[in-house]
Amino acid sequence: MPKPTTNARLFWVLGSILLAVFLVWLPHMLTLSQQEILVLLVINILLVTSYRLLTLTGEWSLAHVVIMGVGAYASALVSKELDVPVPLAMVIGAATAGLLAFLLSFPLFRMKGFYFLIGSFAAGEVIRLIWKWTELTWLFGGPKGIKLIPPFPDIKLFSLDIDFYDPINYYYLCLIVVGISLVILYRVERSRIGLTFHAIHWQDKLAESVGVNTFHYRTLAFLISSVFAGLAGTLFAHYIGTVNPNRFDVGEMVYVLIWAIVGGTATFYGPILGVVVLTILNEVVLRALHVDEMRPMLYGGLLILAILFLPDGLESLVPKIKEWFARRKEKRVVNEERAMEEQPAE
Amino acid sequence: MTLDLFFQTVVNATYAASYMALIAVGLVLIFGVMGVINFAHGELYMAGAYTVVALYSGLGIPFFFAVAAGLVFVGLLGLVMEYGLFRPLRDNPLGGLIASIGFLLILQTTAVLGFGVRMKDVLPPSRQKFVFPGHVVLTYERFYVIVAAVVLLSALWLFLRKSKFGWSLRACAQDREAAALQGISINNAARLAMFIGAALAGVAGALTAPLVSPTPYMGHPVIITAFIIIIVGGVGSLEGAVIAAILYAYVNTFVTTIYDGTLANIVGLLLMLAVLIVKPTGLFGAKERA
Repeated sequence: MPKPTTNARLFWVLGSILLAVFLVWLPHMLTLSQQEILVLLVINILLVTSYRLLTLTGEWSLAHVVIMGVGAYASALVSKELDVPVPLAMVIGAATAGLLAFLLSFPLFRMKGFYFLIGSFAAGEVIRLIWKWTELTWLFGGPKGIKLIPPFPDIKLFSLDIDFYDPINYYYLCLIVVGISLVILYRVERSRIGLTFHAIHWQDKLAESVGVNTFHYRTLAFLISSVFAGLAGTLFAHYIGTVNPNRFDVGEMVYVLIWAIVGGTATFYGPILGVVVLTILNEVVLRALHVDEMRPMLYGGLLILAILFLPDGLESLVPKIKEWFARRKEKRVVNEERAMEEQPAE
Repeated sequence: MTLDLFFQTVVNATYAASYMALIAVGLVLIFGVMGVINFAHGELYMAGAYTVVALYSGLGIPFFFAVAAGLVFVGLLGLVMEYGLFRPLRDNPLGGLIASIGFLLILQTTAVLGFGVRMKDVLPPSRQKFVFPGHVVLTYERFYVIVAAVVLLSALWLFLRKSKFGWSLRACAQDREAAALQGISINNAARLAMFIGAALAGVAGALTAPLVSPTPYMGHPVIITAFIIIIVGGVGSLEGAVIAAILYAYVNTFVTTIYDGTLANIVGLLLMLAVLIVKPTGLFGAKERA
């Protein structure tokens, strides 16, 4: 990779600072209900980015939202029933999700492609039905789920008193947790492990022939992505205060798939672009049009248009926009040159 | 479990197997020929049921005409999907999946706007029933579903084995490019598969409308069951889908009758996981197709 020039580095530093300022300033400009959507959006960014790590190996799971739910349930249960402090419970929740993914990988990675997709769906549905099962209501609360989950504790530092009941403060908390997680996920992808994931995706037989244990690496990708999905689940549980099996059903999973595919999964930012753009379209633009009953239909139409006209995802627009700017710049330079040439003739 | 209850459960399971087979076979046909997972298949079933709600309950058209209209209407919906969505996305299975989800949302919203979210009660076309020895009851509506499944699936089997069009469909399912090289029009094959697959789902929905009280969201559990069935049967295999539908329906109905519905669903899913682990291509699947 060529070393970034000073100009490019300056651009990135300035861009990051601007983005950070924007993200801090953003919730103050929104209504209360929009702030709540914003919190969920940040959680969904973690969900869909962790999902992408698994898709790097070429496997598409339909259990990701259920695994998010495993994190949510575990964290809710240990903090409510065992009085574990919420931050620790969140770590336990994420770890439980990872552990479950590890166990599930033994049956699931006997399959590939379409079979893995459906197999993961079945595994997820079994977990969801166990939550729902009336025989286990004493533990998981049956179809109604777990209510009155302890919220994230207030932070009292000197005169500072941060109350996480306020969506703005919870948003900042999510921003920090998700930000750190995204950095970790990015580093994983850029590491040797991430490169091996790519190799397994494109040439799994070849990777095996040079001594890569593809089963181990698939499991590792599944494990890492599940830990962060579980973390997203714990953020969700302690914010909403209630979890139930229907919140983690295949309908929600379909949204994650849609975000990833409409955004595009070739780049790290693709799925994030997908979830941000589609959430804004669905929650802000379509809501502003006052077409409540028609909303799913318009959303469906948008999906079809997106997939027909942008088959490589929203991320494929980014290079096009860059190219457009470059061409415009070029044209301007050419025009200026021409103007310079023509001037003496006059 | 008494012997009477046992036979009654057998009858109920046969009915369940019939309509599940109709839906699953259509899904397999579409997947086989076009290589795309039609997520909107449950909503095609729902559209069939609402055709009966509109024509039979609403306009008073005789039940069987309404069912026939459901077959044609849902078949045409299938053609629209093929032409508008799956043809432009032919080499993009994930794209086809997403597009079918978009279509699913459109169909669902149309049903909500046209008929409301509440359940629609459809009067049974006839109140007669067969009573077998030992108080085993089979109502006429359920009987119609069983007859329709047997007749339509046999006709489809004959069509695929004996007619030239049927051969071209099977050729496409085996190898699309080789079929194209033999002069088979892939567009025609896809159109035909989509029409038949959708129409089968439409018939299933139309015939079960008096039995299930249609709602706009009735397709959701159906598509999940259909996925389980086609996986157990082997993704490319029509015969496998029928046998898996029978197997699944019997297991599900018996466990539901003896224990409860949730456990029945768990058992069904574990059955599928077990099949996938032991034989990842399903009971009748020949080769792996990703």
